[in-house]
Amino acid sequence: MELNVTRRKFLKISGAVAATLAVVELGFDDKTARAKAKELKISELKPTPTICPYCSVGCGILVYSNGKDVVYTEGDPDHPINEGSLCSKGTTVRQVYTTEKRITNPLYRAPGSGKWEEVDWDFALDKVAKNIKDTRDRTFVQKENGYTVNKTEAIAYMGGAALDNEETYLLSKLFRAGLGLTYIEHQARI
Amino acid sequence: MTNHWNDLQYADALMVIGANPAENHPISFRWISKAKQKGAKLISVDPRYTRTSQMANIYGQLRSGTDIAFIGGMIHYALENDMYHKEYVAAYTNASFIVDEQYSFEDGIFNDYDETTRNYDKTKWAFKKDENGEIVKDPALKDPRCVFQLMKKHYARYDVDTVTGVTGTDKDTYLEICQTFTGTSETGKAGTILYAMGGTQHTVGTQNIRAYAILQLLLGNIGIAGGGVNALRGESNVQGSTDFGLLYHNVNGYMEVPTGSDQDSKYKGFLERITPESGYFSNKPKFYTSMLKAYYGNSATKQNEFGYHLMPKLTPGKDYSHMRLFDAMYRGELEGLIMFGTNPVVGGPNAGKEKEALSNLKWMVAVDLFETETSAFWQKEAGADPAAIQTEVIFLPACGSFEKEGSVTNSGRWMQYRWQAIKPKGESRADLEIVHMLARKLKGLYENSPKQQDMPMKALTWDYGESDHPDIDMVCREINGYDMKTKQQIKGFGDLKDDGSTCSGNWIYSGFYPESENLSKRRDNTNEGMSNFLNWSFAWPANRRILYNRASADLNGKAWSKDRIGIQWNAAEKKWSGFDVPDFVAAKGPDDPTFNDPFIMMAGGKGALFSGGVNEGPFPEHYEPYENPISNAFSSIQLNPAVKFGEKEMNAQGDVSEYPIVATTYRVSEHWQSGAMTRNIPWLAELMPHMYIEISEELAQEKGISSKDRVIVKTARGEIEAFAMITKRFKPYKLKDKTIHQIGMPWHFGYKGIATGATANRLTPHIGDANTTIPEYKAFLCDVRRAK
Repeated sequence: MELNVTRRKFLKISGAVAATLAVVELGFDDKTARAKAKELKISELKPTPTICPYCSVGCGILVYSNGKDVVYTEGDPDHPINEGSLCSKGTTVRQVYTTEKRITNPLYRAPGSGKWEEVDWDFALDKVAKNIKDTRDRTFVQKENGYTVNKTEAIAYMGGAALDNEETYLLSKLFRAGLGLTYIEHQARI
Repeated sequence: MTNHWNDLQYADALMVIGANPAENHPISFRWISKAKQKGAKLISVDPRYTRTSQMANIYGQLRSGTDIAFIGGMIHYALENDMYHKEYVAAYTNASFIVDEQYSFEDGIFNDYDETTRNYDKTKWAFKKDENGEIVKDPALKDPRCVFQLMKKHYARYDVDTVTGVTGTDKDTYLEICQTFTGTSETGKAGTILYAMGGTQHTVGTQNIRAYAILQLLLGNIGIAGGGVNALRGESNVQGSTDFGLLYHNVNGYMEVPTGSDQDSKYKGFLERITPESGYFSNKPKFYTSMLKAYYGNSATKQNEFGYHLMPKLTPGKDYSHMRLFDAMYRGELEGLIMFGTNPVVGGPNAGKEKEALSNLKWMVAVDLFETETSAFWQKEAGADPAAIQTEVIFLPACGSFEKEGSVTNSGRWMQYRWQAIKPKGESRADLEIVHMLARKLKGLYENSPKQQDMPMKALTWDYGESDHPDIDMVCREINGYDMKTKQQIKGFGDLKDDGSTCSGNWIYSGFYPESENLSKRRDNTNEGMSNFLNWSFAWPANRRILYNRASADLNGKAWSKDRIGIQWNAAEKKWSGFDVPDFVAAKGPDDPTFNDPFIMMAGGKGALFSGGVNEGPFPEHYEPYENPISNAFSSIQLNPAVKFGEKEMNAQGDVSEYPIVATTYRVSEHWQSGAMTRNIPWLAELMPHMYIEISEELAQEKGISSKDRVIVKTARGEIEAFAMITKRFKPYKLKDKTIHQIGMPWHFGYKGIATGATANRLTPHIGDANTTIPEYKAFLCDVRRAK
């Protein structure tokens, strides 16, 4: 991994924050505690730059992770668009990781069933591959009106506006150029 | 965006129409505010008084679905009052082109319309050519058949009284907006138009945006800093996913998908069909062949037409877009649906019907971070009877954006890299890994197949490593492209070849990864001029930050304004230079006859005031939405004549007699799209916990509704219940003959997640734009009542 965050600029910003805290009337002297807490939390951690996953402004965010958990996130002060600021969504991006609502295991719902079952990746991917192959092979059209068309119109692909470029590239490569889907759509249409 | 976020600070006037950046693109407002601090005027045009309106110098109220009337009136104002940039219009647009005799316009209909197919013969909207095949021009713009005069005539009907009688805008305010914004026609001034889905999600969406573009060309606002037509895109990488061909009608880099037809039966014929004679797209064969090489590698040879026959072919004339896809599903024509991060049961039009269609599937795959309303459509909670639904559903857990690495392209076309900060949570995986594992599994299944129909899967290259974890660097290198022999990275799309010696997965990104480094990872934030940040990330195409920037300079190649330098012709060095990468041939000097042709993607190099490429006509014309409260004031044609109707049962239409209130949908700061990534976030759910219907005080009084009452909104598609929010932000419209109420509501809610609520899209119609087929979410009819 390549990291070009200017640590120098960072320290400068952190210094500014500390100075601000020093003049704020807090009612009791917690400056030391605060400084200590700050240090404990992220002083040993290297920030990883990312781009906000929500809207398309493309704000920079710094993620502080200790390898087991995301400890802290904040606006990237070096980023030319947001210069450290974030909106309500960007500010809460840590919770995309920490929320208990995340699905962390492949799930399977059998036809007619009223519930999900947890399954492993092998089972889930085998099912997906088998379904795709089965439908594709049965519905594949090589010729239409005498022309070579090499397609299946019984499988549709949808989505991708929140994915990375590299992912969208592989998705259209696999589903169009490989499997021969014509129903390929995503959020830009709607 | 033609321009980019930081560039907004250079505008003298900003017209936000069909967008609400203060709430939906909050950080963009830093640069809007900066422009305001320097004296710029902010204009907000919207059905609702939004937070953007609150920050604006002028707010113009506009009935949903009347943008063309509004902008048409501004075009009329500019032409009548000489408030357009004469030199720019004459030299850089097609204003001087003489239009062929066949062109006509009468009572809402252009020439060569076929009522039965609802199609125009677009070849009949052409320019007159002389014996040498050159377009006949009148540089003085006086000929009654030149584009300029025809446009003037077309919009002569858009006088201020007719316009405001349709839009509901206060007349004085409207005139103030016209005066302020067309003031940017002065040489050296800049005005920008910012729009979002409020502009596009209409049966006339494309023509709405065309109208913005025409106005901006007239004012000389395209190509310059602080100008442009700027789409505020909704998702972090909807730009990239569009660039990378995840739409039925495009392959990567906005090139066509072949059809099963005589013309396309050979690669050569297909290329002939899609390649224009002039303009930069005359290089299309190089881009297409390089893409086929990226897809099929050594299996793509000159003998087999570079694997062209392995690609699927569309049925000519068939529409495979989102709504037609659901129509097909509703009819039971689809067996399987694969979804990567999408939730149509909340986000799709007439969402209740789309949900119903899902149960006709044999199998569904949902790849997501959260259980969505779509992946759970079979549950009791969704109002379904699980036992009656035979769809097999596989849910694959994806990881979040900083649990993996890769790039996203923002609205300003900046391709920015995101590094991995932590391993994927639990057993979740990167989408890149999921598609990689799936592809490898499928390639394994087809490996030994002797069948001809399995050739595409066998020929498809997948050289991203042998483990489950793909080597993303290999993917990046392939997207950029390299020389097939030397494996050296291509420097830019100018080096791509049509002989199979180069590959490039997506030509518009070619150049982001030269041999030296992946430029999307650059983090040098030095502002070397005009806040273009040329060394921060990479902007497609070719790192250009402002598109058409040749137009930032005058006919001699000198900047129109010294405060607004894009690129200029440097006579001593015989090249274009400045604060941006030239969107022009860098060495093309004044001796070249095309020196004043800035619009390099257009055949002829001129900005299109008149366009033969749009389905409903060369000039935008106002038509009422599919569901509308009044008769069209501009013609006897009520609905866009080129709009198509899909499956009838999916597309119920309401009448004003039963549904007298106009409705629209929008977003809030705290939620995002269909809500999966925000309604599952504790803080955001707490900040914005409830679905609500925003109602004017006047309508509330008429209906006896108080704030926080439960109300029911009903349309021809269905009804939903939510809290009433009575505000001053909506006001009744005083139209020509009657007063009309409008309500609005956020569309983020569904029954899953921490914050739940009724889904607004259960109300929206299943009909869309005549070009893009984007649904008409933004203008429909309803009735509202207090829940008992």
